[in-house]
Amino acid sequence: MSAAVQEPPQSDEQQPRKNYLNADHTIKSWLLTVDHKRIGLMYLMGVTFFFFLGGIAAAMIRAELTSPRGGLMSSEFYNKTFSAHGILMIFFFLIPSIPATLGNFLLPQMIGARDLAFPRLNLASWYVYMISGIIVLIAMLTGGVSAGWTFYVPLSSSYTNDQVALTLVGLFLSGFSSIMTAVNFIATIHKMRAPGLTWFRLPLYVWSHYATSIIIILGTPVVAITLFLVVMENAFGFAIFDPARGGDPVLFQHLFWFYSHPAVYIMVLPGMGVISEIITCFSRRAIFGYKFVAYSSMAIALVGFLVWGHHMYISSQSTYLGIAFSLLSFLVAIPSAVKVFNWSLTMYKGSVHFSTPMIYALAFIGLFVIGGLTGLFLASAGTDIHLTGTYFIVAHFHYVMVGGSIVAFLGGIHFWWPKMTGKLYSEYWGKFSAIVIFVGFNLTFFPQFILGYLGMPRRYHYYDFAPEWQFYHILSTAGSSILGFGFLMPAIYLTHSFLKGKRSPHNPWGARGLEWTHVATPPITENFSEKVVVDFDAYAYDPEADAIEGLPEEEQQIILAGGTTKKEELL
Amino acid sequence: MNFNWPYPVRPEAASENAVEYDWIFGVISLLTVVFTVAVVILVAWLAVRYRKGSLASRKNPLYHSNLLEMIWTVGPLAIALVIFVWGSVYYIRQRTMPKDAYDVFVIGKQWMWHTQHMNGIRENNELHIPVGRPVKLTMISQDVIHAFYVPEFRAQFQVVPGRYTQMAFTPTKPGTYKMLCAMHCGTKHSEMVGYVHVLSEQDFALWQETGGNREQVVAATMADKGRQVWAEKNCGSCHGAVNNQRAPSLNALFGKSRTFSDGTKAIADLDYIRSSILNPYDNLVAGYEPLMPAYQGQLTEVEVLALTEYIKTLGATGDVPLAPAPGLTAPAPPQATDGQNATDIANKQQSGGAPQFDEASTRR
Repeated sequence: MSAAVQEPPQSDEQQPRKNYLNADHTIKSWLLTVDHKRIGLMYLMGVTFFFFLGGIAAAMIRAELTSPRGGLMSSEFYNKTFSAHGILMIFFFLIPSIPATLGNFLLPQMIGARDLAFPRLNLASWYVYMISGIIVLIAMLTGGVSAGWTFYVPLSSSYTNDQVALTLVGLFLSGFSSIMTAVNFIATIHKMRAPGLTWFRLPLYVWSHYATSIIIILGTPVVAITLFLVVMENAFGFAIFDPARGGDPVLFQHLFWFYSHPAVYIMVLPGMGVISEIITCFSRRAIFGYKFVAYSSMAIALVGFLVWGHHMYISSQSTYLGIAFSLLSFLVAIPSAVKVFNWSLTMYKGSVHFSTPMIYALAFIGLFVIGGLTGLFLASAGTDIHLTGTYFIVAHFHYVMVGGSIVAFLGGIHFWWPKMTGKLYSEYWGKFSAIVIFVGFNLTFFPQFILGYLGMPRRYHYYDFAPEWQFYHILSTAGSSILGFGFLMPAIYLTHSFLKGKRSPHNPWGARGLEWTHVATPPITENFSEKVVVDFDAYAYDPEADAIEGLPEEEQQIILAGGTTKKEELL
Repeated sequence: MNFNWPYPVRPEAASENAVEYDWIFGVISLLTVVFTVAVVILVAWLAVRYRKGSLASRKNPLYHSNLLEMIWTVGPLAIALVIFVWGSVYYIRQRTMPKDAYDVFVIGKQWMWHTQHMNGIRENNELHIPVGRPVKLTMISQDVIHAFYVPEFRAQFQVVPGRYTQMAFTPTKPGTYKMLCAMHCGTKHSEMVGYVHVLSEQDFALWQETGGNREQVVAATMADKGRQVWAEKNCGSCHGAVNNQRAPSLNALFGKSRTFSDGTKAIADLDYIRSSILNPYDNLVAGYEPLMPAYQGQLTEVEVLALTEYIKTLGATGDVPLAPAPGLTAPAPPQATDGQNATDIANKQQSGGAPQFDEASTRR
């Protein structure tokens, strides 16, 4: 492979005086911007806002569950709290988090384009996102929703008198925001790549966003229609899912999971793209098995659409249909395993730097492996019977969603922060936060696997019939305090960095993506000052050159001569 | 080692399937631990050995290897398929209903479990069953979707409005086990909790004879109760012993194939009978006019189940009055025992012994 020796042209200029951040200072210039980078930052503020709201709800849930008989809130309020947590975190944080912030910011830069294909559509998507978020918040403040983020009928249609309809209208709208972003990404990736940037020279980050966009476009309309039908039934008395009038409540489960299982991959595939960028940069070498990592994203996107029934093994769908879904669910696990092995081997004969983004990436691998493997318990129809609807599920998907998506999101924010802001943050606090989050996360969610196996159903306010479960709940709540502290830290030191941080050099990580080598830090509004022609592969790193850099002459010679033996090296 | 972990890590295994379940669970757990540890060791070793500053050789780094990709695709796939087969065989066995099981009917309602035995005994948030015999639950919800869940039996299934679902298990240990709702069903979801009492054969026989220790002994079997409904609603005025102009006879109906006016066919099972009572025109038997009133909203799920049980008895014997079930005519004095739990007492205070379940459902 020629990637390692190919040296891309490198621009050495210092920070530009005029960049996208200070191009215009008026509020109007932000609110009416069509610059993908500014929209990315606006999305970052939006998702951070909703993340902390969802986090407050999570903290309330954990506080309540320390006691078997609660005591802080009523059951009705408890139900509204976990519903708010799920709705805010999934629809307003996890789904837009990486694609709409980092994806928006980076995609054009990574492929040598000036902006996304449809800049105004991009701005519209942000407004739709914010308006739908505000609608949902209004619904929560004027009565709330207690049916859970899954909105199972007939609980959400005929047996509720809270703000389900308004919430669903908000979620229906937020789907359009995702669709606009996805359409934009697909058009951009297809039509706006720089000359010479063939599909197999694209960073894997672009591949994963391409796969994600396909899922969004195929899946989101289905859930939008489904939620719309629930609104019609809830607010206007249509009979679609109501069994008393010939409807079928299980049909709702099919329609809902047809989107909501692929939605898991909407949340985790962009994170996988981030990890591919970070691991290669901080190992100073090209990814191991580029094509397998790229194709595995596409495989996940396609097979991910065929596994929704594994949420319904005990829902009265046919037994043999359940078996078919089980087989497909096992198959969808394989591309994820392939990715993990390829990431690991990417460090082989690399030159590994333990910078903050890399610590996050290593944490991601550990947590994602556990999250993925515990999926086997739930893909197997037989073992799912006992575990579905319990805390085992809760633990499993938090390992994938928090341990996977959020850790990857934070890793990506730390990696591209200097690019986005032109500022550096404290490496000390960065690494510390990554470790605190890793420890707090495991302490929060590992006990929940045991609780689930013991039979603690999810969404239970009280468990006074089994006080022996309290120990694990206390562990979990203690862990969540640490985790919350871990999430607060980046919010504080990154804000500090943005306001008062040291100016970043042009390419602080020595990364080789177009966004680092050909774009100023922070970028100018046009991204590229001249037309880019790409005649090199992605990840054109040279591990050997990096490994000997800065070492005394004699040690350089040892490496160049074939290295030490393992034993010598460890001493 | 003397140290004993004082907190539970495994729920009690109290049914036949629970033992095999725990084996599958254990094997997947082992795989999870082995793979996690393997990946962590691999990552840690590579990261440390090739950290910047180490003197390891970087000559000829490997960028792709079809052999390795093949190994880590096929290897996990093979393991996954083994688990798939094992899990699926277990699943099919769980989903195959035993013949000659002890039948119980379960009705889920916001927020309580109502259970009903064939001999007419009804319980709220409690279920008494014999040990060592397969028990089959036929379940339906009166409002939202619930899920009947007994962790100690490793058994769970959704209880859906509008259709019957079934689940089965064979308890192996006498004792009291949690009976939970595992599907979010509204405000008091976490209070939809009851107990399954598994009794030895003798205790169970005694319990049945005393009508479940209720103050007011249940007067009739389910089929008896169904006959009352049949009489009240005057079903027999049209559905006679033989087919007539207005309606087909229901004698020996259960399990027979029916042909409808649109040419389709169906087997007359529980779901068919239920829907034919509630919405008769969904499937009109070929040759008949749509004359029957729809009973949707007129009958509770309990009454529909009782009526169905009665219709099942119509057959070779025709519409012959049934003898009361043995053991139910002699009321036994109630005995307050230490074994009574809060639910038990609440039931009595609430309803004077007879479960209040027949009032029309309280839909918005």
